[in-house]
Amino acid sequence: MTNTMPKVQTHRAEKAMLAKILSHVIIIAFGVTMLYPVAWLIASSLKPGNTILSDPRLFSASFSLEHYIQGWQGVGRIHFSTFFINTIFICVLVVIANIISCSMAAYAFARLKFALKALWFGIMMLTIMLPTHVTTIPRYVMFNSFGWVDTYLPMIVPKLVATDAFFVFLLVQFIRGLPRDLDESATLDGCSKVGIFFRIIIPLSAPAMVTTALFSFLWTWDDFFNQLLYINTPAKYTISLGLRMFMDSTGQSSWGPMFAMSVLSMIPCFILFFSLQKYFVQGIATTGIKG
Amino acid sequence: MKKRAFMDSRDNLSGYLFLAPWLLGFLILTLYPMLQSLYYSFTQFDMLTAPQWIGADNYVKMFTGDPTYLKSLQVTFTFVFLGVPLKLAFALLIALIMNQKLRMIGFYRTVYYIPTLLGGSVAIAMLWRQLFSGEGVVNAILGSFFGLTNLPSWIANPQYALYTLVLLTVWQFGSSMIIFLAGLKQIPDEYYEAASVDGAGKLVKFFRITLPSLSPVILFNLVMQMISSFQAFTQAFIISAGRGGPLDSTMFYTLYLYIKGFYHFEMGYASAMAWTLLVIIAVITAVIFKSSGNWVSYGSGD
Repeated sequence: MTNTMPKVQTHRAEKAMLAKILSHVIIIAFGVTMLYPVAWLIASSLKPGNTILSDPRLFSASFSLEHYIQGWQGVGRIHFSTFFINTIFICVLVVIANIISCSMAAYAFARLKFALKALWFGIMMLTIMLPTHVTTIPRYVMFNSFGWVDTYLPMIVPKLVATDAFFVFLLVQFIRGLPRDLDESATLDGCSKVGIFFRIIIPLSAPAMVTTALFSFLWTWDDFFNQLLYINTPAKYTISLGLRMFMDSTGQSSWGPMFAMSVLSMIPCFILFFSLQKYFVQGIATTGIKG
Repeated sequence: MKKRAFMDSRDNLSGYLFLAPWLLGFLILTLYPMLQSLYYSFTQFDMLTAPQWIGADNYVKMFTGDPTYLKSLQVTFTFVFLGVPLKLAFALLIALIMNQKLRMIGFYRTVYYIPTLLGGSVAIAMLWRQLFSGEGVVNAILGSFFGLTNLPSWIANPQYALYTLVLLTVWQFGSSMIIFLAGLKQIPDEYYEAASVDGAGKLVKFFRITLPSLSPVILFNLVMQMISSFQAFTQAFIISAGRGGPLDSTMFYTLYLYIKGFYHFEMGYASAMAWTLLVIIAVITAVIFKSSGNWVSYGSGD
């Protein structure tokens, strides 16, 4: 009896240890497989010549930046830097517009009392689930009549009026979690609703605003449908549209530069992701942001 | 009494002041366009001339005189009903493996999120196009490691093209995984301990504790993923070079809608398609919610 006890325990500890090692192995093996395509893209963009396409290896003897140099020259006489500048321009304005309009609506829903609030809130939640295509055509007709086609306005103006209801919801959830005592004591001190918004709600919701800014940026950066719909002039193209030009200009020779520019287009996403990881996890876990 | 009314109107004033941008956006950019596209759906409309009322003709044609439309429905349903459950199953499986006190768990979680971070972009869609082409890397690997020959071009073969897109969406399971991980952390350890005392095995614990406790999260993920999968566009557009081929095998619903509306300028027809999509999504969402009474449990009672 006295001899078996420790034996059973070490046996159990060994089993637990083995289970953990097995978990690590599974996670790593699966992770490597999953990341292989991205790693291959990066590796291929750095290999010289046109033999890259069917070579599955990640490491090669020679290394070259030729695809980057060629890709940066762009397609159809337009420098790829133009596409970067255009995309950054749209993204920055979208982020600012979203933060202002969504936080205003969120403050109203989370803290203020007004007639028909429950109705509007319900409608707002429903619009999150609404497929965008039911508004696409009339919006196109409307923006066309304003002369907005082939400008960035159809991508930016809707954000000024909080059409990304998803972020309103995210901010409502966050603001509801803030202690109400602060508002109440501020009210006693004679602070108005507007004052509370600027002095209390905005500073305290910084984390949720970072999450909003982050996803606004990334979704606009990766957007394709709206850019395809509204932008016609190559000089106004975004990165998504610019990358597509490589595909249209066919021929094997454009794969290399296209890969190189694809890698460049991912760098801002990586930088944001790795520097603001905490906000990603918070944003996804608290509201279940769609992938 | 008077003071009360005064306060109310002041409350209303500040409430609507802050709500104004959203309300404006809802009325002008959501509600009005919705009603307008409903009207367009009963017309013939090419944007150059005024819409012509044709009754339900667009809807009738969709279901009786347009094989490409029916094909797009079939393709999209296959994509959604295959892609979403597979994606959620993978996300749950990986979340379960990760839900232990492992070292480097933060790092793993980060790495697994990378495909989701990049997956929706044009860059990844083009990469996929290359990976699964006839001379692509997938075939090179299958050839050199498994000695397989005569492999097809996966994206150019109507039998397989759609499945490369399913794989692409399953690959992006990262955000569902993070939501599941957060859900798993909420399940109290006592449940598992009590079950262990009762002599329950791992499988029993999974089906009796883990799945029921996670069911609200699964419901939420299922609905949101379903809605966004029905609207998938970029990947199909890039992989098929904007044509939905080969043989319409990647003709996603929204891609066909785009082609009808903006290549052929059949805006009335495209609007009818949009409203039909709305109805399809609404019906499926309603069915899921209705059925959820049987499989979703809230609270700690059960």
